[in-house]
Amino acid sequence: MDTGKAAVIRSIRSRTVVLAADDVDTDQIIPARFLTTTRRDGFGDALFAGWRFDAKGLPRSGFALNDAAFRDAAVLVAGRNFGCGSSREHAAWALRDYGFRAIVCASFADIFRNNALKNGLVPVAVGAPTLAWLMANPGVEVTIDLETATLRLPGQEPTPFPIDSFARYRLLNGIDELGYLLSHSAAIDAFEGNRGE
Amino acid sequence: MNPRSLFEKIWQAHEVVPETAETPAILYVDLHLVHEVTTPQAFAALEARGLPVRRPGRTLGTLDHSTPTEVAQLAGRIPIRDQSAAAQVAALERNARAHGIELLGLGDPRRGIVHVIGPELGRTLPGMTIVCGDSHTSTHGAFGTLAFGIGTTEVGHVLATQCLLQRKPRSLEVFVEGRLPAGVGAKDLVLTIIGRLGVDGGTGHVIEYRGEAIRALSMDERMTVCNMSIEAGARAGMIAPDGVTFEYLRGRPGVPSAGAYERAVEQWRELPGDSGAAFDRDLKLDAREVEPMISYGTNPGMVAAVGGSIPERGDEAFMKALRYMGFEPGERLAGKRVDLVFIGSCTNSRLSDLQAAAAILKDRKLAKGVRMLVVPGSQQVKREAEREGLDAIFTAAGAEWRESGCSMCIGMNGDIAAPGQYVVSTSNRNFEGRQGAGTRTLLAGPATAAAAAVTGRVTDPRELAA
Repeated sequence: MDTGKAAVIRSIRSRTVVLAADDVDTDQIIPARFLTTTRRDGFGDALFAGWRFDAKGLPRSGFALNDAAFRDAAVLVAGRNFGCGSSREHAAWALRDYGFRAIVCASFADIFRNNALKNGLVPVAVGAPTLAWLMANPGVEVTIDLETATLRLPGQEPTPFPIDSFARYRLLNGIDELGYLLSHSAAIDAFEGNRGE
Repeated sequence: MNPRSLFEKIWQAHEVVPETAETPAILYVDLHLVHEVTTPQAFAALEARGLPVRRPGRTLGTLDHSTPTEVAQLAGRIPIRDQSAAAQVAALERNARAHGIELLGLGDPRRGIVHVIGPELGRTLPGMTIVCGDSHTSTHGAFGTLAFGIGTTEVGHVLATQCLLQRKPRSLEVFVEGRLPAGVGAKDLVLTIIGRLGVDGGTGHVIEYRGEAIRALSMDERMTVCNMSIEAGARAGMIAPDGVTFEYLRGRPGVPSAGAYERAVEQWRELPGDSGAAFDRDLKLDAREVEPMISYGTNPGMVAAVGGSIPERGDEAFMKALRYMGFEPGERLAGKRVDLVFIGSCTNSRLSDLQAAAAILKDRKLAKGVRMLVVPGSQQVKREAEREGLDAIFTAAGAEWRESGCSMCIGMNGDIAAPGQYVVSTSNRNFEGRQGAGTRTLLAGPATAAAAAVTGRVTDPRELAA
């Protein structure tokens, strides 16, 4: 039986791949036509399908993820408002399934940020100078340290990034949210009782 | 006590455990809406842990997203063609049965798009918290509810605990003074608002729409406005309940009847924000300046008046969007070629939307080469429209009249356009490929969409009004 223990994430060290676009919506991350499934794995092959592949299904040259030099990158760098649009968690599943472990960008859409954190995909929002440097230096090795909530770039001082204190605690300790909610069953019983249910 | 906004009243009434600096709030969910696409993995997660559904009576299911709208498939005369979609439908039927959840399944006269049936059946009531694995759950905010979309993991949380872990969002007041001019609708208003806020202007916020123009809207129109709050990045949009809300709800199946209704209304009258309640941010606009609107780019913030032009900008993101659309900066929108027109979606598929489209199409034909799909938001909307003869107007014009469902809004149910085609659509998203790979979507209200169907060109619907 699944006891609901989540994976522990302390730090992520990886090269980056750069997707120089704002407002990357979840329909681009995983188009709806791939959502007719009852499974939560296997979405990696369809990640960014419309941008990665042409009408014949062949890789489009010029799209960063098709460049073999970046195939091992586990950190995706993008612009502002990443993950806007649909609430589909399949977007976070697809990014994880492909091999991404963190997204570094200017800002995130709310629902995507929540979905990412529930799937061990770390959302790292950074300021304009840091992002501009990352955009100009694709493929660099970066370290995302959750203990200190900082992003380390080669030869630079660590840059702090904002992360909800509970989300950080969960990732560092492998706390499962559903288990946490279930541990408050007595409070939920009392709430329902007060409403006469 | 400090004056509280509508949002703050609902939030506080649903705090099982308030938030702290270290931990989010545990928020109680009154109504959980479920559909076939974002739930199978959540039910599987419960089963893997041996957990029951805590409150099946607070959960309502429907089939809409991947369910086809073609009459023959839905009537069971032929099986659902897409086997994976059929498997999703079967999975929700099985999960609902196993957990005692009410499912408005294939053949149920109450089935329809999740955000159309909740209000229509009186299940959406003022003061509630409502969630669904769908970002357009914000629609229900039109009734003075706190309603927002969640991911599939959270669907599992709500099934198992009837609660969610939530950080309290900030508040944004959108105040619309004056009245909308004749021939201008709620969709034109909300596209204008998104154009002003930008597609991430509402991120981290709950919007409350206020002002004379909002008060003057019908419930159908208020739902159109709240529906698209997510397109400005806001989790939720809400409108304080008033006499219009109470009249809409009176007599609907899920609404308390007789004396209980009056007592419920008394409670609902306490919901509107106290005078002096503060918002973190605000946006003011004048409804009298709103015109029929249409989108020209690849996100819902890229909008202009139908009678206007595409802005002159040259930045790379803007040019990339225009290249996808096959447009140039500065071009006029009126007169642009249209291949397909879609009337439907949780944004604009209610009876009044179909009436607005039919008023333009009556005694007219589709332009040569134009295809049009009219997809009612629910089976009940379909029956009401047929009682008024709207279906006859649509089919006489040459349009296809379908069963209810999400259809071409999401393009995962067989209803799609061909690559390169221009679709004037009453739905909510014009993202690349949203209505089929390579398709180009122009978002508009039902009157503008119907006008485009008649002329085969982007057209100001006021030119065709009777």
